[in-house]
Amino acid sequence: MLRSRLFLLAPLLIFLALAYLIPFLGVMRWSVTLPEPGLGQYKTALTDPLVLSVIWRTVRICALVTVLAVAMAYMITLLWVRGGPVMRLFVELCILIPFWISVLTRAFGWLALLSNRGIINTWGQDLGLLAEPLTLVRNEFGVVLGMVHFLIPFAVFPLASAMRAVDERVLLAARGMGASRARVFWQVFVPMTKTGIFGALLLVFVFALGFFVTPALLGGGRSVLVAELIWLRIFQSPDWGLGAAISVIMMVAIGLLLMLTMKYAKGPGR
Amino acid sequence: MFGRFTALKDISMTVGRGEFVTLLGPSGSGKTTFLMILSGFEAPTSGQLTLDGREMTETPPEARGFGMVFQGYALFPHMTVEENIAFPLKVQGRSGADISRRVRDMVEMVGLGGHGHKRPAGLSGGQQQRVALARALAYSPPVLLLDEPFSALDKNLRGQMQDEMRRIHQETGTTFVFVTHDQEEALALSSRIAIFEKGQLQQIAPPREVYERPSNRFVAEFLGDINILPVTASQIEGRAIHLPDGTGDNLAIRPENMGLSLTEPTCGNALPVELRDLTYLGAETRLALATKGGVAVTLHMPTAKLPEGLAPGAAVWTSWEASRGFML
Repeated sequence: MLRSRLFLLAPLLIFLALAYLIPFLGVMRWSVTLPEPGLGQYKTALTDPLVLSVIWRTVRICALVTVLAVAMAYMITLLWVRGGPVMRLFVELCILIPFWISVLTRAFGWLALLSNRGIINTWGQDLGLLAEPLTLVRNEFGVVLGMVHFLIPFAVFPLASAMRAVDERVLLAARGMGASRARVFWQVFVPMTKTGIFGALLLVFVFALGFFVTPALLGGGRSVLVAELIWLRIFQSPDWGLGAAISVIMMVAIGLLLMLTMKYAKGPGR
Repeated sequence: MFGRFTALKDISMTVGRGEFVTLLGPSGSGKTTFLMILSGFEAPTSGQLTLDGREMTETPPEARGFGMVFQGYALFPHMTVEENIAFPLKVQGRSGADISRRVRDMVEMVGLGGHGHKRPAGLSGGQQQRVALARALAYSPPVLLLDEPFSALDKNLRGQMQDEMRRIHQETGTTFVFVTHDQEEALALSSRIAIFEKGQLQQIAPPREVYERPSNRFVAEFLGDINILPVTASQIEGRAIHLPDGTGDNLAIRPENMGLSLTEPTCGNALPVELRDLTYLGAETRLALATKGGVAVTLHMPTAKLPEGLAPGAAVWTSWEASRGFML
Protein backbone atom coordinates (compact mmCIF):
# COMPACT_ATOMS: atom_id res chain seq x y z
CA MET A 1 0.00 0.00 0.00
CA LEU A 2 2.68 2.44 1.09
CA ARG A 3 4.81 1.50 -1.86
CA SER A 4 2.01 2.14 -4.34
CA ARG A 5 1.40 5.54 -2.77
CA LEU A 6 5.06 6.41 -3.15
CA PHE A 7 4.78 5.32 -6.74
CA LEU A 8 1.94 7.80 -7.24
CA LEU A 9 3.99 10.54 -5.66
CA ALA A 10 7.11 9.76 -7.70
CA PRO A 11 6.43 12.02 -10.72
CA LEU A 12 5.90 15.00 -8.44
CA LEU A 13 9.01 14.22 -6.39
CA ILE A 14 11.14 13.84 -9.51
CA PHE A 15 9.77 17.09 -10.91
CA LEU A 16 10.45 18.94 -7.66
CA ALA A 17 13.98 17.56 -7.49
CA LEU A 18 14.78 18.56 -11.07
CA ALA A 19 13.04 21.92 -11.09
CA TYR A 20 13.71 23.16 -7.56
CA LEU A 21 16.11 21.09 -5.48
CA ILE A 22 18.99 20.82 -7.96
CA PRO A 23 18.88 24.49 -9.02
CA PHE A 24 18.61 25.52 -5.38
CA LEU A 25 21.69 23.47 -4.53
CA GLY A 26 23.41 25.40 -7.32
CA VAL A 27 22.31 28.68 -5.76
CA MET A 28 23.67 27.49 -2.41
CA ARG A 29 26.97 26.73 -4.08
CA TRP A 30 27.15 30.24 -5.61
CA SER A 31 26.50 31.76 -2.21
CA VAL A 32 29.71 30.24 -0.81
CA THR A 33 31.90 30.33 -3.94
CA LEU A 34 31.24 33.62 -5.77
CA PRO A 35 33.29 35.70 -6.20
CA GLU A 36 35.64 33.69 -3.94
CA PRO A 37 35.06 30.69 -1.66
CA GLY A 38 33.95 31.52 1.89
CA LEU A 39 31.08 32.94 3.91
CA GLY A 40 31.86 36.53 2.92
CA GLN A 41 28.55 37.04 1.09
CA TYR A 42 26.57 36.00 4.17
CA LYS A 43 28.51 38.50 6.20
CA THR A 44 27.72 41.21 3.64
CA ALA A 45 24.04 40.22 3.53
CA LEU A 46 23.71 40.52 7.30
CA THR A 47 25.75 43.73 7.73
CA ASP A 48 25.33 45.79 4.54
CA PRO A 49 23.03 48.74 5.37
CA LEU A 50 21.29 48.59 1.98
CA VAL A 51 20.49 44.88 2.24
CA LEU A 52 19.41 45.26 5.88
CA SER A 53 17.16 48.20 5.04
CA VAL A 54 15.48 46.13 2.31
CA ILE A 55 15.03 43.17 4.68
CA TRP A 56 13.65 45.47 7.34
CA ARG A 57 11.25 47.08 4.85
CA THR A 58 10.20 43.66 3.61
CA VAL A 59 9.42 42.42 7.11
CA ARG A 60 7.60 45.63 7.97
CA ILE A 61 5.48 45.69 4.78
CA CYS A 62 4.81 41.97 4.93
CA ALA A 63 3.70 42.22 8.56
CA LEU A 64 1.35 45.09 7.72
CA VAL A 65 0.06 43.31 4.61
CA THR A 66 -0.46 40.11 6.60
CA VAL A 67 -2.45 41.76 9.36
CA LEU A 68 -4.60 43.72 6.89
CA ALA A 69 -5.20 40.76 4.58
CA VAL A 70 -6.10 38.36 7.42
CA ALA A 71 -8.35 40.91 9.13
CA MET A 72 -10.24 41.54 5.90
CA ALA A 73 -10.28 37.87 5.02
CA TYR A 74 -11.75 37.15 8.47
CA MET A 75 -14.70 39.42 7.80
CA ILE A 76 -15.21 38.05 4.31
CA THR A 77 -14.96 34.46 5.50
CA LEU A 78 -17.46 35.14 8.25
CA LEU A 79 -19.95 36.28 5.62
CA TRP A 80 -19.08 33.30 3.46
CA VAL A 81 -19.42 30.64 6.14
CA ARG A 82 -22.27 32.09 8.16
CA GLY A 83 -24.19 34.21 5.65
CA GLY A 84 -27.30 33.34 3.66
CA PRO A 85 -27.15 31.65 0.23
CA VAL A 86 -27.11 34.92 -1.75
CA MET A 87 -24.34 36.33 0.40
CA ARG A 88 -22.39 33.09 -0.01
CA LEU A 89 -22.56 33.23 -3.78
CA PHE A 90 -21.57 36.90 -3.79
CA VAL A 91 -18.56 36.22 -1.56
CA GLU A 92 -17.52 33.23 -3.64
CA LEU A 93 -17.49 35.41 -6.74
CA CYS A 94 -15.53 38.10 -4.91
CA ILE A 95 -12.94 35.58 -3.75
CA LEU A 96 -12.73 33.36 -6.80
CA ILE A 97 -12.72 35.86 -9.66
CA PRO A 98 -9.58 37.66 -8.49
CA PHE A 99 -8.09 34.25 -7.69
CA TRP A 100 -8.42 33.20 -11.33
CA ILE A 101 -6.91 36.37 -12.77
CA SER A 102 -3.16 36.31 -13.21
CA VAL A 103 -1.08 38.28 -10.77
CA LEU A 104 0.42 40.30 -13.58
CA THR A 105 -2.98 41.32 -14.94
CA ARG A 106 -4.06 42.37 -11.49
CA ALA A 107 -0.95 44.47 -10.92
CA PHE A 108 -1.48 46.25 -14.25
CA GLY A 109 -5.12 46.70 -13.31
CA TRP A 110 -4.09 48.52 -10.17
CA LEU A 111 -1.67 50.66 -12.18
CA ALA A 112 -4.46 51.63 -14.58
CA LEU A 113 -6.60 52.60 -11.62
CA LEU A 114 -4.04 54.27 -9.38
CA SER A 115 -1.18 55.77 -11.42
CA ASN A 116 -0.76 59.55 -11.81
CA ARG A 117 -2.57 59.37 -15.12
CA GLY A 118 -4.82 56.53 -14.03
CA ILE A 119 -8.58 56.48 -13.65
CA ILE A 120 -8.81 57.83 -10.10
CA ASN A 121 -6.46 60.77 -10.67
CA THR A 122 -7.75 61.82 -14.12
CA TRP A 123 -11.41 61.59 -13.09
CA GLY A 124 -10.70 63.27 -9.77
CA GLN A 125 -9.01 66.17 -11.53
CA ASP A 126 -11.62 66.39 -14.30
CA LEU A 127 -14.38 66.56 -11.70
CA GLY A 128 -12.45 69.14 -9.73
CA LEU A 129 -12.13 66.92 -6.68
CA LEU A 130 -8.35 66.80 -6.85
CA ALA A 131 -6.07 69.77 -7.44
CA GLU A 132 -2.94 67.66 -7.74
CA PRO A 133 -2.73 63.98 -8.70
CA LEU A 134 -2.46 61.74 -5.63
CA THR A 135 0.60 59.51 -5.43
CA LEU A 136 -1.09 56.13 -5.10
CA VAL A 137 1.50 53.87 -6.70
CA ARG A 138 5.29 53.72 -6.95
CA ASN A 139 5.33 53.87 -3.17
CA GLU A 140 4.62 51.64 -0.20
CA PHE A 141 0.91 52.42 -0.30
CA GLY A 142 0.61 50.89 -3.76
CA VAL A 143 2.68 47.89 -2.77
CA VAL A 144 0.58 47.22 0.34
CA LEU A 145 -2.68 47.68 -1.54
CA GLY A 146 -1.70 45.29 -4.34
CA MET A 147 -0.30 42.67 -1.99
CA VAL A 148 -3.29 42.72 0.35
CA HIS A 149 -5.62 42.34 -2.59
CA PHE A 150 -3.65 39.41 -3.94
CA LEU A 151 -3.25 37.61 -0.63
CA ILE A 152 -6.79 37.83 0.83
CA PRO A 153 -8.01 34.62 -0.89
CA PHE A 154 -5.08 32.68 0.57
CA ALA A 155 -6.16 33.67 4.05
CA VAL A 156 -9.80 32.78 3.39
CA PHE A 157 -9.29 29.02 3.11
CA PRO A 158 -7.61 28.29 6.45
CA LEU A 159 -10.05 30.66 8.14
CA ALA A 160 -13.04 29.01 6.50
CA SER A 161 -12.03 25.54 7.63
CA ALA A 162 -11.57 26.80 11.20
CA MET A 163 -14.93 28.58 11.16
CA ARG A 164 -16.73 25.58 9.71
CA ALA A 165 -15.39 23.46 12.57
CA VAL A 166 -17.04 25.70 15.16
CA ASP A 167 -20.00 23.89 16.69
CA GLU A 168 -23.06 26.11 16.33
CA ARG A 169 -24.37 24.83 19.63
CA VAL A 170 -21.41 26.31 21.50
CA LEU A 171 -22.44 29.73 20.22
CA LEU A 172 -26.07 29.09 21.10
CA ALA A 173 -24.97 27.97 24.57
CA ALA A 174 -23.08 31.23 25.07
CA ARG A 175 -26.08 33.29 23.99
CA GLY A 176 -28.38 31.21 26.16
CA MET A 177 -26.21 32.20 29.13
CA GLY A 178 -27.00 35.82 28.48
CA ALA A 179 -23.94 36.81 26.45
CA SER A 180 -24.48 39.57 23.87
CA ARG A 181 -23.66 38.88 20.22
CA ALA A 182 -20.48 40.98 20.50
CA ARG A 183 -19.35 39.02 23.53
CA VAL A 184 -20.08 35.69 21.85
CA PHE A 185 -18.03 36.83 18.86
CA TRP A 186 -14.98 38.14 20.71
CA GLN A 187 -14.84 35.72 23.62
CA VAL A 188 -16.09 32.53 22.03
CA PHE A 189 -16.04 32.57 18.24
CA VAL A 190 -12.70 34.32 17.67
CA PRO A 191 -10.78 32.21 20.23
CA MET A 192 -12.32 29.06 18.77
CA THR A 193 -10.98 30.00 15.32
CA LYS A 194 -7.54 31.00 16.51
CA THR A 195 -5.74 28.06 14.87
CA GLY A 196 -7.23 29.24 11.57
CA ILE A 197 -6.13 32.81 12.29
CA PHE A 198 -2.63 31.69 13.15
CA GLY A 199 -2.45 29.49 10.05
CA ALA A 200 -3.70 32.30 7.82
CA LEU A 201 -1.21 34.76 9.31
CA LEU A 202 1.75 32.45 8.70
CA LEU A 203 0.61 31.43 5.24
CA VAL A 204 0.06 35.00 4.09
CA PHE A 205 3.30 36.19 5.68
CA VAL A 206 5.32 33.47 3.97
CA PHE A 207 3.72 34.25 0.60
CA ALA A 208 4.26 37.95 1.12
CA LEU A 209 7.98 37.50 1.88
CA GLY A 210 8.65 35.94 -1.49
CA PHE A 211 6.41 38.29 -3.45
CA PHE A 212 7.96 39.68 -6.57
CA VAL A 213 5.60 40.85 -9.32
CA THR A 214 3.22 43.06 -7.35
CA PRO A 215 5.83 44.94 -5.32
CA ALA A 216 8.08 45.32 -8.36
CA LEU A 217 5.31 46.82 -10.49
CA LEU A 218 3.39 48.80 -7.90
CA GLY A 219 6.51 49.86 -5.99
CA GLY A 220 8.05 51.10 -9.22
CA GLY A 221 11.60 50.49 -8.06
CA ARG A 222 11.20 52.86 -5.10
CA SER A 223 10.18 50.45 -2.40
CA VAL A 224 12.24 47.41 -3.23
CA LEU A 225 11.46 44.22 -1.31
CA VAL A 226 13.76 41.25 -0.81
CA ALA A 227 12.63 39.25 -3.84
CA GLU A 228 13.22 42.23 -6.10
CA LEU A 229 16.59 42.86 -4.46
CA ILE A 230 17.66 39.29 -5.25
CA TRP A 231 16.52 39.77 -8.83
CA LEU A 232 18.49 43.04 -9.06
CA ARG A 233 21.64 41.41 -7.65
CA ILE A 234 21.47 38.60 -10.17
CA PHE A 235 20.14 40.26 -13.32
CA GLN A 236 21.19 43.89 -13.02
CA SER A 237 24.55 43.74 -11.28
CA PRO A 238 27.11 40.96 -11.53
CA ASP A 239 26.76 40.11 -7.86
CA TRP A 240 25.44 36.56 -8.02
CA GLY A 241 27.06 35.53 -4.76
CA LEU A 242 25.21 38.13 -2.69
CA GLY A 243 21.88 37.42 -4.42
CA ALA A 244 22.38 33.71 -3.74
CA ALA A 245 23.25 34.32 -0.07
CA ILE A 246 20.09 36.42 0.45
CA SER A 247 18.07 33.67 -1.28
CA VAL A 248 19.42 31.05 1.09
CA ILE A 249 18.71 33.25 4.12
CA MET A 250 15.13 33.69 2.88
CA MET A 251 14.72 29.97 2.29
CA VAL A 252 15.92 29.16 5.80
CA ALA A 253 13.69 31.82 7.37
CA ILE A 254 10.63 30.60 5.45
CA GLY A 255 11.48 26.98 6.24
CA LEU A 256 11.61 27.80 9.94
CA LEU A 257 8.27 29.62 9.72
CA LEU A 258 6.69 26.64 7.98
CA MET A 259 8.04 24.26 10.61
CA LEU A 260 6.53 26.53 13.24
CA THR A 261 3.21 26.40 11.39
CA MET A 262 3.19 22.63 11.27
CA LYS A 263 4.22 22.30 14.88
CA TYR A 264 1.48 24.68 15.93
CA ALA A 265 -1.12 22.94 13.78
CA LYS A 266 -0.33 19.61 15.42
CA GLY A 267 0.44 21.05 18.83
CA PRO A 268 -1.78 21.83 21.79
CA GLY A 269 -4.89 22.10 19.64
CA ARG A 270 -7.45 24.74 20.27
CA MET B 1 -41.99 28.86 38.18
CA PHE B 2 -45.45 28.68 36.85
CA GLY B 3 -45.77 29.07 33.11
CA ARG B 4 -48.29 28.19 30.48
CA PHE B 5 -46.75 27.18 27.19
CA THR B 6 -48.74 27.11 24.01
CA ALA B 7 -46.59 26.08 21.06
CA LEU B 8 -46.86 25.68 17.29
CA LYS B 9 -48.93 22.56 16.92
CA ASP B 10 -51.71 23.14 19.38
CA ILE B 11 -49.61 22.27 22.36
CA SER B 12 -50.56 23.62 25.74
CA MET B 13 -48.49 22.76 28.74
CA THR B 14 -48.03 24.10 32.22
CA VAL B 15 -44.85 23.32 34.10
CA GLY B 16 -44.81 23.86 37.84
CA ARG B 17 -41.89 25.27 39.80
CA GLY B 18 -39.31 22.62 40.64
CA GLU B 19 -40.81 20.01 38.34
CA PHE B 20 -38.79 17.61 36.25
CA VAL B 21 -40.68 17.36 33.00
CA THR B 22 -39.41 15.09 30.24
CA LEU B 23 -40.32 15.61 26.61
CA LEU B 24 -40.28 12.15 25.11
CA GLY B 25 -40.93 11.03 21.57
CA PRO B 26 -39.39 9.50 18.48
CA SER B 27 -37.06 11.66 16.38
CA GLY B 28 -38.97 14.22 14.39
CA SER B 29 -41.84 14.26 16.86
CA GLY B 30 -41.33 17.95 17.65
CA LYS B 31 -39.92 17.57 21.14
CA THR B 32 -36.65 19.33 20.32
CA THR B 33 -38.46 22.10 18.44
CA PHE B 34 -40.61 22.60 21.50
CA LEU B 35 -37.50 22.88 23.69
CA MET B 36 -35.98 25.37 21.23
CA ILE B 37 -39.11 27.50 21.52
CA LEU B 38 -38.80 27.40 25.31
CA SER B 39 -35.16 28.46 25.01
CA GLY B 40 -35.94 31.27 22.57
CA PHE B 41 -33.67 29.99 19.79
CA GLU B 42 -36.75 29.34 17.70
CA ALA B 43 -39.86 31.47 17.59
CA PRO B 44 -43.38 30.06 17.39
CA THR B 45 -45.51 31.39 14.54
CA SER B 46 -48.36 31.75 16.97
CA GLY B 47 -48.95 31.08 20.61
CA GLN B 48 -47.70 32.38 23.87
CA LEU B 49 -45.06 31.63 26.44
CA THR B 50 -45.25 33.02 29.95
CA LEU B 51 -43.04 32.70 33.01
CA ASP B 52 -44.65 33.55 36.36
CA GLY B 53 -47.39 35.28 34.44
CA ARG B 54 -44.88 37.43 32.51
CA GLU B 55 -45.20 37.30 28.75
CA MET B 56 -41.88 36.17 27.20
CA THR B 57 -42.73 34.82 23.77
CA GLU B 58 -40.65 37.57 22.13
CA THR B 59 -37.86 37.62 24.70
CA PRO B 60 -34.52 36.72 23.05
CA PRO B 61 -32.65 33.74 24.53
CA GLU B 62 -29.95 35.87 26.17
CA ALA B 63 -32.61 37.77 28.11
CA ARG B 64 -34.56 34.73 29.30
CA GLY B 65 -31.96 33.65 31.82
CA PHE B 66 -32.68 29.95 31.32
CA GLY B 67 -29.95 27.39 31.66
CA MET B 68 -29.39 25.10 28.72
CA VAL B 69 -27.50 21.84 28.29
CA PHE B 70 -27.02 20.84 24.66
CA GLN B 71 -26.58 17.52 22.99
CA GLY B 72 -22.79 17.18 22.69
CA TYR B 73 -22.36 19.50 25.71
CA ALA B 74 -21.32 22.62 23.73
CA LEU B 75 -18.48 23.45 26.11
CA PHE B 76 -16.06 26.23 25.22
CA PRO B 77 -13.06 24.26 23.97
CA HIS B 78 -10.59 27.10 24.57
CA MET B 79 -11.51 27.51 28.21
CA THR B 80 -10.74 25.38 31.26
CA VAL B 81 -13.49 23.73 33.29
CA GLU B 82 -13.44 26.65 35.73
CA GLU B 83 -13.50 29.25 32.96
CA ASN B 84 -16.42 27.48 31.32
CA ILE B 85 -18.42 27.58 34.53
CA ALA B 86 -17.37 31.19 35.22
CA PHE B 87 -18.46 32.42 31.77
CA PRO B 88 -22.16 33.00 32.53
CA LEU B 89 -21.21 34.57 35.88
CA LYS B 90 -18.84 37.01 34.14
CA VAL B 91 -21.60 37.83 31.67
CA GLN B 92 -23.73 38.81 34.66
CA GLY B 93 -20.94 41.10 35.84
CA ARG B 94 -20.48 39.45 39.23
CA SER B 95 -17.44 40.24 41.37
CA GLY B 96 -14.31 38.13 41.07
CA ALA B 97 -14.59 36.75 44.61
CA ASP B 98 -18.24 35.85 44.11
CA ILE B 99 -17.41 34.12 40.81
CA SER B 100 -14.57 32.03 42.20
CA ARG B 101 -16.66 30.96 45.19
CA ARG B 102 -19.57 29.98 42.99
CA VAL B 103 -17.31 28.14 40.53
CA ARG B 104 -15.75 26.18 43.37
CA ASP B 105 -19.18 25.20 44.70
CA MET B 106 -20.38 24.08 41.28
CA VAL B 107 -17.23 22.04 40.57
CA GLU B 108 -17.76 20.38 43.93
CA MET B 109 -21.45 19.74 43.31
CA VAL B 110 -20.85 17.87 40.07
CA GLY B 111 -17.92 15.96 41.58
CA LEU B 112 -15.15 17.39 39.39
CA GLY B 113 -12.80 18.50 42.18
CA GLY B 114 -9.21 18.43 40.86
CA HIS B 115 -10.25 18.81 37.22
CA GLY B 116 -10.86 22.56 37.35
CA HIS B 117 -7.83 23.50 35.27
CA LYS B 118 -8.35 20.97 32.50
CA ARG B 119 -9.69 21.78 29.07
CA PRO B 120 -12.81 19.92 27.87
CA ALA B 121 -10.70 17.89 25.41
CA GLY B 122 -8.89 16.36 28.40
CA LEU B 123 -12.10 15.09 30.01
CA SER B 124 -14.21 11.99 29.46
CA GLY B 125 -17.73 12.26 28.05
CA GLY B 126 -19.29 11.90 31.49
CA GLN B 127 -17.03 14.59 32.93
CA GLN B 128 -17.82 16.96 30.06
CA GLN B 129 -21.47 16.33 30.77
CA ARG B 130 -20.97 17.37 34.36
CA VAL B 131 -19.20 20.56 33.31
CA ALA B 132 -22.09 21.41 30.99
CA LEU B 133 -24.52 20.85 33.85
CA ALA B 134 -22.45 22.92 36.28
CA ARG B 135 -22.11 25.74 33.76
CA ALA B 136 -25.85 25.80 33.06
CA LEU B 137 -26.72 25.82 36.77
CA ALA B 138 -23.98 28.22 37.91
CA TYR B 139 -26.19 31.30 37.79
CA SER B 140 -29.18 29.54 39.40
CA PRO B 141 -31.52 29.83 36.41
CA PRO B 142 -35.22 29.43 37.14
CA VAL B 143 -35.45 26.79 34.40
CA LEU B 144 -32.90 24.35 33.07
CA LEU B 145 -33.48 23.03 29.54
CA LEU B 146 -31.67 19.83 28.58
CA ASP B 147 -31.51 18.53 25.01
CA GLU B 148 -30.69 14.81 25.02
CA PRO B 149 -27.72 15.37 27.32
CA PHE B 150 -26.87 11.67 27.73
CA SER B 151 -27.15 10.54 24.14
CA ALA B 152 -23.38 10.31 23.71
CA LEU B 153 -22.72 8.31 26.87
CA ASP B 154 -22.53 4.54 27.16
CA LYS B 155 -25.23 2.71 29.07
CA ASN B 156 -23.47 2.35 32.44
CA LEU B 157 -22.36 5.93 32.55
CA ARG B 158 -25.82 7.01 31.54
CA GLY B 159 -27.30 5.29 34.59
CA GLN B 160 -24.79 7.03 36.85
CA MET B 161 -25.48 10.41 35.29
CA GLN B 162 -29.21 9.87 35.71
CA ASP B 163 -28.77 9.33 39.45
CA GLU B 164 -26.58 12.39 39.59
CA MET B 165 -29.10 14.43 37.65
CA ARG B 166 -31.86 13.46 40.04
CA ARG B 167 -29.73 14.41 43.03
CA ILE B 168 -28.82 17.78 41.47
CA HIS B 169 -32.45 18.44 40.63
CA GLN B 170 -33.42 17.84 44.23
CA GLU B 171 -30.52 19.90 45.60
CA THR B 172 -31.09 22.93 43.44
CA GLY B 173 -34.87 22.91 43.23
CA THR B 174 -34.57 24.22 39.68
CA THR B 175 -37.28 23.38 37.16
CA PHE B 176 -35.90 20.89 34.64
CA VAL B 177 -37.29 20.40 31.15
CA PHE B 178 -35.53 17.48 29.59
CA VAL B 179 -35.69 16.11 26.04
CA THR B 180 -34.93 12.47 25.38
CA HIS B 181 -35.92 9.60 23.14
CA ASP B 182 -34.89 7.06 25.77
CA GLN B 183 -38.03 5.83 27.53
CA GLU B 184 -36.25 4.26 30.49
CA GLU B 185 -34.48 7.53 31.14
CA ALA B 186 -37.79 9.37 31.04
CA LEU B 187 -39.46 6.91 33.41
CA ALA B 188 -36.55 7.00 35.85
CA LEU B 189 -36.09 10.77 36.07
CA SER B 190 -39.31 12.62 35.53
CA SER B 191 -41.99 13.99 37.74
CA ARG B 192 -44.06 14.11 34.55
CA ILE B 193 -43.54 12.84 31.03
CA ALA B 194 -44.88 14.62 27.97
CA ILE B 195 -45.17 12.27 25.01
CA PHE B 196 -44.77 13.87 21.58
CA GLU B 197 -45.67 12.42 18.23
CA LYS B 198 -46.07 14.13 14.86
CA GLY B 199 -45.81 17.56 16.41
CA GLN B 200 -48.58 16.95 18.87
CA LEU B 201 -48.66 16.36 22.57
CA GLN B 202 -50.16 12.90 23.08
CA GLN B 203 -50.20 12.76 26.85
CA ILE B 204 -48.60 14.48 29.80
CA ALA B 205 -48.71 12.68 33.13
CA PRO B 206 -46.51 11.17 35.86
CA PRO B 207 -44.39 8.22 34.61
CA ARG B 208 -46.51 5.58 36.26
CA GLU B 209 -49.70 6.92 34.78
CA VAL B 210 -48.23 7.24 31.30
CA TYR B 211 -47.02 3.65 31.46
CA GLU B 212 -50.01 2.06 33.14
CA ARG B 213 -52.82 4.24 31.77
CA PRO B 214 -51.67 5.49 28.38
CA SER B 215 -54.22 7.77 26.77
CA ASN B 216 -53.94 6.25 23.31
CA ARG B 217 -52.44 3.45 21.32
CA PHE B 218 -49.36 5.43 20.25
CA VAL B 219 -48.39 6.15 23.86
CA ALA B 220 -49.09 2.54 24.86
CA GLU B 221 -46.89 1.16 22.11
CA PHE B 222 -44.16 3.77 22.39
CA LEU B 223 -43.46 3.15 26.08
CA GLY B 224 -42.29 -0.42 26.59
CA ASP B 225 -43.86 -3.54 25.08
CA ILE B 226 -47.58 -4.11 25.03
CA ASN B 227 -49.96 -6.84 23.91
CA ILE B 228 -53.05 -5.68 22.12
CA LEU B 229 -55.90 -8.14 21.75
CA PRO B 230 -58.94 -7.25 19.63
CA VAL B 231 -62.19 -7.63 21.62
CA THR B 232 -65.53 -8.48 20.05
CA ALA B 233 -68.66 -8.45 22.27
CA SER B 234 -66.67 -9.05 25.46
CA GLN B 235 -64.93 -12.01 23.86
CA ILE B 236 -61.44 -12.60 22.56
CA GLU B 237 -61.38 -15.20 19.81
CA GLY B 238 -64.62 -16.70 21.08
CA ARG B 239 -63.62 -16.94 24.73
CA ALA B 240 -65.49 -14.91 27.34
CA ILE B 241 -63.11 -12.54 29.11
CA HIS B 242 -63.50 -10.23 32.11
CA LEU B 243 -62.74 -6.82 30.76
CA PRO B 244 -61.57 -3.79 32.70
CA ASP B 245 -63.63 -0.58 32.67
CA GLY B 246 -63.13 1.76 29.76
CA THR B 247 -63.99 2.05 26.14
CA GLY B 248 -62.17 0.76 23.11
CA ASP B 249 -62.07 -2.25 20.83
CA ASN B 250 -58.85 -3.66 22.19
CA LEU B 251 -57.62 -5.05 25.45
CA ALA B 252 -54.07 -3.93 26.21
CA ILE B 253 -51.86 -5.72 28.73
CA ARG B 254 -48.16 -5.20 29.53
CA PRO B 255 -46.11 -8.39 29.00
CA GLU B 256 -44.94 -8.48 32.61
CA ASN B 257 -48.57 -8.70 33.77
CA MET B 258 -49.26 -11.92 31.90
CA GLY B 259 -48.46 -15.40 33.16
CA LEU B 260 -47.81 -18.72 31.50
CA SER B 261 -49.10 -22.18 32.37
CA LEU B 262 -48.93 -25.57 30.68
CA THR B 263 -52.59 -26.42 31.37
CA GLU B 264 -55.77 -24.37 31.31
CA PRO B 265 -55.95 -22.23 34.48
CA THR B 266 -59.00 -22.85 36.66
CA CYS B 267 -59.80 -19.20 37.21
CA GLY B 268 -59.08 -15.78 35.71
CA ASN B 269 -58.73 -14.76 32.11
CA ALA B 270 -56.84 -17.15 29.90
CA LEU B 271 -56.16 -17.83 26.24
CA PRO B 272 -54.66 -20.87 24.59
CA VAL B 273 -51.51 -19.91 22.69
CA GLU B 274 -48.65 -21.49 20.83
CA LEU B 275 -45.06 -20.80 21.84
CA ARG B 276 -43.18 -19.44 18.86
CA ASP B 277 -39.85 -18.40 20.28
CA LEU B 278 -37.86 -17.89 23.50
CA THR B 279 -35.22 -15.24 23.96
CA TYR B 280 -32.95 -15.62 26.97
CA LEU B 281 -32.15 -12.18 28.45
CA GLY B 282 -30.48 -13.21 31.71
CA ALA B 283 -32.81 -12.51 34.62
CA GLU B 284 -35.75 -12.49 32.25
CA THR B 285 -36.80 -14.55 29.30
CA ARG B 286 -38.92 -13.10 26.55
CA LEU B 287 -41.48 -15.43 25.06
CA ALA B 288 -43.07 -14.85 21.69
CA LEU B 289 -46.52 -16.41 21.56
CA ALA B 290 -49.36 -16.46 19.07
CA THR B 291 -53.07 -16.93 19.68
CA LYS B 292 -55.13 -19.33 17.59
CA GLY B 293 -56.24 -16.30 15.58
CA GLY B 294 -52.61 -15.41 14.91
CA VAL B 295 -52.34 -12.36 17.19
CA ALA B 296 -48.78 -12.00 18.50
CA VAL B 297 -48.41 -11.90 22.28
CA THR B 298 -45.17 -11.19 24.10
CA LEU B 299 -44.42 -12.27 27.67
CA HIS B 300 -41.61 -11.30 29.99
CA MET B 301 -41.03 -13.98 32.60
CA PRO B 302 -38.39 -14.39 35.28
CA THR B 303 -36.11 -17.05 33.87
CA ALA B 304 -36.09 -18.86 37.24
CA LYS B 305 -39.89 -19.32 37.12
CA LEU B 306 -40.01 -20.75 33.62
CA PRO B 307 -41.42 -24.30 33.37
CA GLU B 308 -38.82 -26.94 32.44
CA GLY B 309 -38.61 -28.29 28.92
CA LEU B 310 -40.40 -25.47 27.18
CA ALA B 311 -39.66 -25.44 23.45
CA PRO B 312 -40.98 -23.62 20.43
CA GLY B 313 -44.16 -25.26 19.11
CA ALA B 314 -45.53 -26.06 22.59
CA ALA B 315 -49.22 -25.47 23.20
CA VAL B 316 -49.54 -23.42 26.41
CA TRP B 317 -51.87 -20.99 28.15
CA THR B 318 -51.46 -17.37 29.06
CA SER B 319 -53.49 -15.70 31.78
CA TRP B 320 -53.89 -12.32 33.46
CA GLU B 321 -55.90 -10.47 36.05
CA ALA B 322 -58.66 -8.35 34.58
CA SER B 323 -57.56 -5.26 36.54
CA ARG B 324 -54.08 -5.42 34.99
CA GLY B 325 -55.34 -4.65 31.52
CA PHE B 326 -56.91 -1.55 30.08
CA MET B 327 -59.09 -0.83 27.07
CA LEU B 328 -57.70 1.02 24.07
